[in-house]
Amino acid sequence: MAWVNAIIQGILTGGLYALFACGLSLMFGVMKVVNLAHGDLAVVAGYIAIGVITVTHVPVLWSFVIVVPIMAVLGYVLQRTLIQSALDRSVLTTLLVTFGLSVVIENGLLQFFTANSRGIGANLALVTGAFTIGSQISIAYLLLLIFAVAVAVLLGLQYFLSRSKYGRLIRAVADDKEAAQLAGADYRHVFGIAAAVAFATVALGGIAFGMYSDLDPTTGTDTILLFAFAAVVIGGLGSLWGTLLGGIVLGVAQQIGAQINISDELLAGYIVFLIVLVLRPQGLISRGVQSS
Amino acid sequence: MSASAASGNEVRGDRAADGTPLLEVRDLVVHHGQLMALDAISLRVLPGEVYAIIGANGAGKSTLLRTIAGLHHPTSGSVLYDGKDVTGLRPERRATQGIVMVPEGRRLFGSLSVEENLKVGATYARQGPWTMERVYEMFGWMRERRNQPTAQLSGGEQQAVAIGRALVANPRVLMLDELSLGLAPVVVQRIYGMLPQILGTGLTVLLVEQDVSQALRVASHIQCLLEGRTTLEGKPSDVTADQVEAAYFGLAGTAASPAGEESEA
Repeated sequence: MAWVNAIIQGILTGGLYALFACGLSLMFGVMKVVNLAHGDLAVVAGYIAIGVITVTHVPVLWSFVIVVPIMAVLGYVLQRTLIQSALDRSVLTTLLVTFGLSVVIENGLLQFFTANSRGIGANLALVTGAFTIGSQISIAYLLLLIFAVAVAVLLGLQYFLSRSKYGRLIRAVADDKEAAQLAGADYRHVFGIAAAVAFATVALGGIAFGMYSDLDPTTGTDTILLFAFAAVVIGGLGSLWGTLLGGIVLGVAQQIGAQINISDELLAGYIVFLIVLVLRPQGLISRGVQSS
Repeated sequence: MSASAASGNEVRGDRAADGTPLLEVRDLVVHHGQLMALDAISLRVLPGEVYAIIGANGAGKSTLLRTIAGLHHPTSGSVLYDGKDVTGLRPERRATQGIVMVPEGRRLFGSLSVEENLKVGATYARQGPWTMERVYEMFGWMRERRNQPTAQLSGGEQQAVAIGRALVANPRVLMLDELSLGLAPVVVQRIYGMLPQILGTGLTVLLVEQDVSQALRVASHIQCLLEGRTTLEGKPSDVTADQVEAAYFGLAGTAASPAGEESEA
C-alpha cells in the first residue's frame, strides 16, 4: 500500500513539475531560448503573490488573477528587450544573459527580502487539508488542485497554439521565422507573445510552489529550474504533454526513491533523468509543436 | 523600343518614358560578407507587367529579390515602391504594404496544415480580391486536402500552397523566386499556366527564373544578370536567342565568339 501511495503522490507532484516545465519548453520550442532564469522568475511571481495578498487582502487562491497578468507583461517586455537583443547576437548569448538575469534576481531577492523562506496561504484549510482512501493513502487537496490546474493549463495551451491566431503565428514563426516575415508577421512581437504566455505559466508555477512548499531566494535555481529541466528532458523537448509525462515520471521516481530511503528522493529523480538522457535523448514524447 | 544589351549601369533610359514604375530599384549593391553579390543593379517594374529576372546560378537573382523583400540589407542603392523609398523598411512592413514574395524552396510552415499556412498568409492581409476561397477555387484539389500537413503534398502542390499563401495577403507586387526549382516540367507548365488568372486581378509580377524559355514565354520584360551585373534587358520579342545565350553565359566578346559578333550583341 505504501508503494501505491508513493506512486499516487508522485503522479500528483508531476502536475506541479509540469507547471514549472511547460513555460520552459514553450520558450525553447519557439525561440530556442533556454531560460536559465525560469525558476527565479517563478519565485518572483510567488513573492509578488505574497505582496499582493498582504496589501490587497485578495483571497490567496485568487491572487493569480493579479500575478498572472503582471508576469505576462514582464515576459513580453523582457523578451522584446533583454532576450531579443541576446538572440540577435546568438542563441548562446541568451544562455549567458538569462544566467545573468538569474543571478541578479536571486541576489535582488536576498537583498530586499532576506534569505527567510515564506509560504503562501500556509494556514489555509486547502493547503493543509487532505482526504484519505483506506488507511494508507492520503491525498492532499492542494496537490490535487495543482494537478488539475496543470492539466487545465496544458489543455489551454494546446487550444491556444492550435486554434488561435497568435498560436498559429507562434508555430509558424517557430517553423520558419523568415517565411513568417514574408507573410507580414513581426516575429519579435510573436516571440513576445510566446514569452508572455510562458511567463503566465511561470506565475502559476511560482504560486503553486509557494503554497505547496516554501519559497526562498534560492528556490528558483536549486529546485524549480532543475525539476523543470528534468521534466522537459524526460518528456521530450518542445512537446507540451511531454512536460506532464516528464513531470509525472520525475515525481514518481522521487517518491519511490523516498520510499526506499528518505534521503534518496532527489537522487532517484535525477537517476531517471540521466537514464532517459542516455537511452532516449529526444525524450519520451519526441514529436513537438515546434520540432523542426 | 529595342532591346539594349549593356554592361553595368547603362541599361536604363528608354523605359523611363513608359510611365511611373510600381517598383523601382536604383543602383543596388549587395554584399554577402566580402563577396559582392549585386553590383549596381537597377530595374523599373511597371504596373501590371510580368518582369522576369533570368541568369545562371549565382548570378544574384535571388539576392535581388530577397533584398527587395527586405531580407538583405544593401550596401548602397535604394528600393522604391509606389514612389516611396522602402529601403530601410523591415520585411514584414513591406509585406503588409503589398510587396509579397514566394521564397525559393517554397518555405511552407511544416508543422501547419495547408489551411493554416493560408491563414498565416491572410493574417496581415491588405484589402483586395484574394481570399482563401478564391485560392481554393483556383487550385481545385486544395480544398479537400486543406487539413493535411504540407509535408504530405507533392512539390508542385507545395508550390501552389506557397503561391496561395502569398496571394491571400493581397500583394500589389508578387515576387516569385525560382518557381520551377525541383519540379517536373509538366508541373512547372501548369503552375505558370495560372499566371494569367493571377494577373487578371491587377497584380504585378516580378519573377526570378533559371528556366529561360519559361521566363521568355510568360514575361513582358526580361533582365538578365551575370555575376551581379545586368547583361541584357528588353522585351522578350525584341531579344534573339543568341543575345540571351550570350548574356546568360557571358559569352559576348570572349574568344569563343566569331569576330564581328560583339557589335551585333
